[in-house]
Amino acid sequence: MVERRPLLNALSHVVLILGVLIVAFPLYLTFVASTQTSQAIMQAPMSLLPGDQLIENYSAALMGKGAGAGAKAPVARMMTVSLISALIISLGKILISLLSAFAIVYFRFPYRMFVFWSIFITLMLPVEVRIGPTYKVVADFGMLDSYAGLTIPLIASATATFLFRQFFLTVPEELVEAARIDGAGPMRFFKDVLLPLSATSIAALFVIQFIYGWNQYLWPLLVTTNENMYPVVIGIKRMISGGDSEMQWNIVMATAMLAMIPPALVVILMQKWFVKGLVDTEK
Amino acid sequence: MEKRVVFRSRWLPWVLIAPQVFIIVAFFFWPAAQALLQSVQQSDAFGTSVEWVGLENFINLWNDETYLASFYTTAIFSVSVAVAGISLSLMLAVFADRVVKGALIYKTLLIWPYAVAPAVAGVLWLFMFAPSVGVVSYGLRAMGVDWNHLLNGTHAMTLVVMAAVWKQISYNFLFFLAGLQSIPKSLIEAAAIDGARPWRRFWTIVFPLLSPTTFFLLVINIVYAFFDTFAIIDAATQGGPGKDTAILVYKVYYDGFKAMDLGGSAAQSVVLMVIVVVLTVVQFRFVEKKVNY
Amino acid sequence: MASITLKNVVKRYGFGKSTNQVIHGVNAQIGDGEFVVVVGPSGCGKSTLLRMVAGLEEISEGEISIGQRVVNNLEPSERDIAMVFQNYALYPHMSVFENMAYGLKIAKVPLDEIRARVDKAARILELGPYLRRKPRELSGGQRQRVAMGRAIVRQPQVFLFDEPLSNLDAKLRAHTRLEIQKLHRELGITSLFVTHDQVEAMTLAQRMIVMNDGVMEQFGTPEEVYTRPATTFVAGFIGSPPMNLLKNAPDAKPGTIVGIRPEHLDITAKGWSLNVDALEMLGAERLVYGRWLHGAGDELVIVRCAEDHPAPELGSTIHVTPRAGRLHAFDAATGKRLPI
Repeated sequence: MVERRPLLNALSHVVLILGVLIVAFPLYLTFVASTQTSQAIMQAPMSLLPGDQLIENYSAALMGKGAGAGAKAPVARMMTVSLISALIISLGKILISLLSAFAIVYFRFPYRMFVFWSIFITLMLPVEVRIGPTYKVVADFGMLDSYAGLTIPLIASATATFLFRQFFLTVPEELVEAARIDGAGPMRFFKDVLLPLSATSIAALFVIQFIYGWNQYLWPLLVTTNENMYPVVIGIKRMISGGDSEMQWNIVMATAMLAMIPPALVVILMQKWFVKGLVDTEK
Repeated sequence: MEKRVVFRSRWLPWVLIAPQVFIIVAFFFWPAAQALLQSVQQSDAFGTSVEWVGLENFINLWNDETYLASFYTTAIFSVSVAVAGISLSLMLAVFADRVVKGALIYKTLLIWPYAVAPAVAGVLWLFMFAPSVGVVSYGLRAMGVDWNHLLNGTHAMTLVVMAAVWKQISYNFLFFLAGLQSIPKSLIEAAAIDGARPWRRFWTIVFPLLSPTTFFLLVINIVYAFFDTFAIIDAATQGGPGKDTAILVYKVYYDGFKAMDLGGSAAQSVVLMVIVVVLTVVQFRFVEKKVNY
Repeated sequence: MASITLKNVVKRYGFGKSTNQVIHGVNAQIGDGEFVVVVGPSGCGKSTLLRMVAGLEEISEGEISIGQRVVNNLEPSERDIAMVFQNYALYPHMSVFENMAYGLKIAKVPLDEIRARVDKAARILELGPYLRRKPRELSGGQRQRVAMGRAIVRQPQVFLFDEPLSNLDAKLRAHTRLEIQKLHRELGITSLFVTHDQVEAMTLAQRMIVMNDGVMEQFGTPEEVYTRPATTFVAGFIGSPPMNLLKNAPDAKPGTIVGIRPEHLDITAKGWSLNVDALEMLGAERLVYGRWLHGAGDELVIVRCAEDHPAPELGSTIHVTPRAGRLHAFDAATGKRLPI
């Protein structure tokens, strides 16, 4: 900083610590609730210190033995559904965007720009504005209550295609020429040169898209009716739809903790790529 | 910008773009076209008869007080989310930019809410404010505020705004921090030599230079409040009490899937599409301008 | 080993009205094992010409053959060539070894042989200790050598160089020039080398092609090009300072341009009279800039004299005499060389 202002420095820390505490408070409370008995939570106010039911609550949630009125599917199953869907969505988006960006940048074909702009237009068609008819298409394909239904309609990605297109355009032309002289065909060049060079972009995009996939709500809400195919985010919602009195908040909160852990880990462990991903995908 | 050297193949590029094209046609363009079509049709509850009604669905919407109310709700909601989210995260970012020690730790501790699913965020905040068991609602009652978002529309709105802001704070924070760090140190130093104290430096130098970031975040936050907060609202208030937190997206979902009013829901979708197009255009105009900064 | 034949080679970009022709029918025959340098100012089409030989640009008209084969429709990898790029074009994620081996790997050369060839190239280029490194861990000169190594291991019929030295600093460039000469002596592979630097061209070339505006102005040995430039462009482009091209020399015939190199003007007691306009001391020699005193149109005449020659004073009058047999004459309209 420009000059010494101990008071201002102290104030900065105070504000930041307060901010961190307020941001973290809901998480702390969730954790506390997930370690208490249902009764302890019901006697408002609940204790603000962790209880001793951690193992009981989490195993009850994972096995699907606890929750009252709402869904009874084991959370372990839901986590698996979430994980598989998030991976298919994130990797699928990356794959098809890489391929289409490669086609658009490294080939000349009729309607090339038309295809490019068509992909661009999808930015303006989020799920929310076409839910009814999209639901019907998925139903007609017989993809309700399946991984295909949960993931494929979400795999198209204008942002990822743009990102890779931008990146490919910065790859020096001489690399393609060198590869052609070395006798590499298009797919060989894609696999041996382009893909390794895109590694950071892919990692950044993966973090963002994994979180996107894991956190999907509206779409799974529409296309899954079978508890076996509920992602964990939907499962939690189903658990609380019973009403205040009969709800087992301890189990709900244990489930919420479980639902937060994988994406939070991805963000924190891959922080560098997360930030890059956020910045790259804006626009 | 175009590549000078390209590969030659008649069929390969088509194979490469086929998956993307298939998905955007089947799940984006076809449904969007259907929505447009349905918005000018009326079908009965069982879907047995379909009738061409022209703009009647739109006229009905215009005359539907609940729809207009939903517009109003959405406006209140998105403006609150954008303004609260942007000011809080700007404050945090400014202080985080100041501190040298522990900057990375603060950053890490502030960015994780991005990873929380909106629905889970809704549940977390619902739990804190639940009238019977919530810790915060208990505290508020002790202070004389009778919190009950199940009955009080303002309370419900406050609740979803808080949850939505909380979830978005990390995103805003990261962009503000990046914006602050890209301001040349020499400018701040020049202002300091001119005798401007920190408070004044912020408003006369830093804030104006951050305006592109702020404007960008404003658009992003409004888009977020419009479209990405459905899960928060569905989990925390289900649009209630009454329709007090039923924003436009919630109403499309409700009318289409709960009330089975296909034509009305499709007309609402079309209105939303127009809103997205407008917001996207605004955003891109801005991105183009940003190049000049 | 092979010769390269260019027959009426034309390059056009675009279609219809927006057609832009950048190479206007080049004919040249490059002998087996010969080292030919293509030199010209930027935008003259020299790189395009090289890239057409490489197969990176389509040939709009005419024919290019390598050895006995017409290569117009062959892919670059089928032309039996190797190319060294200006920015080296090394694959950034591959080690030096992998960079050199990549082409051979694609050609399914057995691994032992790849290793043998890469090792041999690494020995020639003194790259042995760096084989495991990534390009970003190398200096500019080392990267340049890796790019050469990648070309050598292919054991091609033809080497193509696209300004390979222009990213090196002056000292390294001089050194690498010698290395390239040595390499060519050892391997004897037909080479086509593109540069905008006339010193590089003069020192490396067995024969050189001087290009301007998509036209081949002259094709000859450096000595021929220097002593008998075919056009005013060549006369002005090769040599530093350039040849004096004088329209108003005292004994010039109308419609011709008289050419005389600055070092071929001697300061004498009588002769062409000049008013000294500026002086430059370059170390080993001195440049005197003079203007005509005989009243014809204004022209600058450069005289180059040895450092130990006494310097004339600014504004004074000197007399110069062209050395016998060193005068050139060009047609003022076409720029072509005329017999004297």
